[in-house]
Amino acid sequence: MTLPAFEVLQPESLQEALAVLAANPRVHPVCGGTNLIVDVRAGKIHPETVVDLSRLDALRGITVSEDEIRIGAATPIAEIERNQTIRRCVPLLAACCKTFANTLIRNRATIGGNLVNAAPCADTAPALLVLDAQVELTSASGARWVPLEEFLVGAFQTTRRSDELLTTVRFPLPPANALGGFRKMGLRKISCMAKVDVAVYLELDDNGVCRKAHIALGAAAPVALRAEEAEEALKGQLLTAEAAVPAKQGLTGEPLVQKTIEEAARLTAESTLPRAGSEYKRQVVYGLTRRILTACAKGGNR
Amino acid sequence: MNSRLIHLTVNGKSHEVAVAPNAVLLHTLRDLGYTDVKNGCEIGECGACAVFLNGEAVNSCMVLAWQADHAEIVTNAGLGTMDKPHPIQEAFADAGAIQCGFCTPGMVISTKALLDRNPDPTEEEIREALSGNLCRCTGYGQIVEAVRLAAERLRRSSSSPASSLREAADDVTALGEQGPSQHEERGEPHSDARILPVSEQKEVR
Repeated sequence: MTLPAFEVLQPESLQEALAVLAANPRVHPVCGGTNLIVDVRAGKIHPETVVDLSRLDALRGITVSEDEIRIGAATPIAEIERNQTIRRCVPLLAACCKTFANTLIRNRATIGGNLVNAAPCADTAPALLVLDAQVELTSASGARWVPLEEFLVGAFQTTRRSDELLTTVRFPLPPANALGGFRKMGLRKISCMAKVDVAVYLELDDNGVCRKAHIALGAAAPVALRAEEAEEALKGQLLTAEAAVPAKQGLTGEPLVQKTIEEAARLTAESTLPRAGSEYKRQVVYGLTRRILTACAKGGNR
Repeated sequence: MNSRLIHLTVNGKSHEVAVAPNAVLLHTLRDLGYTDVKNGCEIGECGACAVFLNGEAVNSCMVLAWQADHAEIVTNAGLGTMDKPHPIQEAFADAGAIQCGFCTPGMVISTKALLDRNPDPTEEEIREALSGNLCRCTGYGQIVEAVRLAAERLRRSSSSPASSLREAADDVTALGEQGPSQHEERGEPHSDARILPVSEQKEVR
């Protein structure tokens, strides 16, 4: 079926695109189109004009410096998944991209689009939250960096102004000894939306004690969020494979690591209530967090 | 809403076509006669409309036609013909991976995308690579088998550069259980037929 009518503007440069947005606040940016076309078809949005960013090569690509990684907003998820530096230095992000929709969608969907759309189940959000990512919002009058936590404010809501484009995502390059993981639970293994995502990023000292602990949950609440109390419970704790296994299975569990897992699960239950399925989500977060921490304790991926 | 001329190269053939800004590539390709690109769900769920767009396998239902201006597009029909099928297409036929055939063009595209990057995939990798393509007939078993068979034949042919792909494929087929009658049966006269939505079928009647 033909899509409802709209105009398409195709700027040749970022400056031109920003001028279009400055002149018309109702213009709808599009790049991979994997959200826009579905939403237009479903009648969820009725754009009069869309501005196509897919030709702006400046918005695409991954650059690695000594202390940070920058990903252009128009970089497709598949490109991030395949990038050797991401795979080696930030496997939790590569793992996230591998669970994202399916292979055909990943070749079109972009990291910027996933964040700007701000669906509660946006898979890249929890992964980037644990990496302390910031997003660059650029307008005709300049650019500003915003922590991702402040950018995502609610279901399908961000702090992007209508004259701004999300242009870059950046996060600190994890040290060589960092650990982490990303787990998604959906209706099936792949090609599905998340019922719950859990992302974990850890920095341990030489003795295996947690110095930095970041835990984020996706689809557990209207917006992806950091489980701060769970993070606090984990800081300063010795992380061993045994510590992450629950005591009820007859193995010795480190009470404070257990507390971390309980806290992440508690937060989920709290944030999903009174929606249906919160008990289910709580249990899934419990299980996924435990699995990631156990894998980290065994020297799992970053 | 003004149409504008866009330039597409489809299966090596160049086209200038006037399209409206809200046109999606899927419809533009089908209107140009590339009806091997199937219109399934139009929301990126089923993969029946998959094509190579500048070398990347994508759902053509999720690309605005204007976004594809000056793009190089390859559809399933661009990979092989009835007389000279691509080894992947042949493997799908030989493995019985085609029942109604509606998902097959997209499956073939995703398979090529996989094998171009990974000539010897595991079953898990095959299933992941086809995760964007839905089949409602076969239960996927024969499709996975077809990809495995295609991978094997392509690896074999690339390790013996003296023989053409086609010869190598013939070779393996001859060793398999499928007899020559299979090849004849593939000359299906209506394989390019247009499948109309139910409402339009009534009008035709």
